[in-house]
Amino acid sequence: MAPDTSTQIHNIGYRSYDGARLGRAYARKSLFSQSLRGAYGLGRSAKSKVLPMLLFAVMCVPALIIVAVAIAVPGSTSLPIKYTTYALTTQVIIGLYLASQAPQSVSRDLRFKTVPLYFSRPIERVDYVLAKFAAMASALFILTATPLLIMWIGALLAKFDFADQTKGFAQGLVSVLLLSVLFAGLGLIMAALTPRRGFGVAAIIALLLIPYGAVTAVQGIAYNTGSTGPIEWMGLFSPITLIDGVQTAFLGATSAFPGGDGPSAGVGFVYLLVVLGLIAGSYAALMARYRKAGL
Amino acid sequence: MYNPTVARLTYRALLGRRRALILCGLPVLLIVISIAVRAFTGLDDKVAADLLGGFALATMVPLIGVIAGTGAIGPEIDDGSIVYLLSKPVKRPTIIMTKLIVAIGVTMAFSAIPTLIAGFILNGNGQQIAVAYTVAALVASIAYSALFLLLGTVSRHAVVFGLVYALIWESLFGSLVSGAKTLSVQQWALALAEKVAGEGYVDATVGLPTAVTLLCVVTVGATVYAGQKLRRLTLAGEE
Repeated sequence: MAPDTSTQIHNIGYRSYDGARLGRAYARKSLFSQSLRGAYGLGRSAKSKVLPMLLFAVMCVPALIIVAVAIAVPGSTSLPIKYTTYALTTQVIIGLYLASQAPQSVSRDLRFKTVPLYFSRPIERVDYVLAKFAAMASALFILTATPLLIMWIGALLAKFDFADQTKGFAQGLVSVLLLSVLFAGLGLIMAALTPRRGFGVAAIIALLLIPYGAVTAVQGIAYNTGSTGPIEWMGLFSPITLIDGVQTAFLGATSAFPGGDGPSAGVGFVYLLVVLGLIAGSYAALMARYRKAGL
Repeated sequence: MYNPTVARLTYRALLGRRRALILCGLPVLLIVISIAVRAFTGLDDKVAADLLGGFALATMVPLIGVIAGTGAIGPEIDDGSIVYLLSKPVKRPTIIMTKLIVAIGVTMAFSAIPTLIAGFILNGNGQQIAVAYTVAALVASIAYSALFLLLGTVSRHAVVFGLVYALIWESLFGSLVSGAKTLSVQQWALALAEKVAGEGYVDATVGLPTAVTLLCVVTVGATVYAGQKLRRLTLAGEE
């Protein structure tokens, strides 16, 4: 049988890839940096930059005012509020930031079913979860640590005691680091459970603020009726009072609990265990959530 | 002005699957706290008024209002499925009215009824406190639903803005700047509660005539504007 001469194979110049294969670590790093940039709207549309940048500005302005007041008032030797108090006072802003950014970080991937595309790259489930978790925690850390940095620089410019201020600043940083990791875990798990963005936002805010409202109300009633014993234990039931308890026990903070008596070192240890348990738990829950990547 | 099919769809979007459970969380918490407080302090009218005012009316009603009000329309606009509803021969204001009625119903069911139960648990409706706060919750439900439904049609970040209003404007600015209280749904509702409750248990900073007028203006205005807004809705793509 004669060969069919009407068909030919043309060389149209396909070439094999011979560059460096950047691999899993690079993919993980890219996912992390994209998520972190996305949390501030960088690399996204102008409209989606508004909310995170606005909240970031709102977070920093009180710190500037505090510094200005501390420098303007003659004879002052320290800042009017402690570094560790700042995040507790601005918790609503932190909550709103988390509620607006955690769903955009994970819900959209789930809703538009792009998660399988991530996993067609050389990353594993643990890489995706770790990158998203680390990015959200870093974004929150930037949000909460920048005002502390402003206060610290201001305090040094005002020639307050260096050792004293630096110690307070370091304690504040440890506390907001713990807060960032805890909140990022809680926010991401709520967002990953609800692919619809609106419900995710509401669920996160509800998780952060309702227990806080309930805990403060019950603590207030317990304080007013004189049964002060259980107050230090009630703080275990809301995220922000957990951080309050840990930093009061170990980081020299003043508690916002009624009466100003935070947990003692022994009870504070329980607080720390609960915080670490929640962080580990939210990591485990996220890992379980992404076992089936399709939905 | 009411379409049963739209109502059924909205109702299912709000309470379908596990969402009813999320909404149940708050009322259950309120009732648990009430039982705990009753066991702790016994019967005390002042504590009852503080808890119902501070937790039920200030936190629970706005939050449920945000979830129900924006949830009635927001997710549909967000994922674009609203076009299937808008392409049907149903008037846009009718769609808004129906969704508003469902949102009001859900908010009332999940906020006013638990408030009444909590009030009875706390002090057995002494000084009419339970009834007063239930009236306030009912009225606030209407205004919040209308307001947050409007937000849902206006912005993609309706939940965030709704929460900013409910938490930052009403609580934070309300306690710092007394003028901000005049523009607060919570205070308007409290003005009604003040009339019902015994002397000195509820304080509202707004007079009753002002409160009623503002409530009506906000509710009607928000509903009408939301209907107009829906008549020429542009669907934003996902960012």
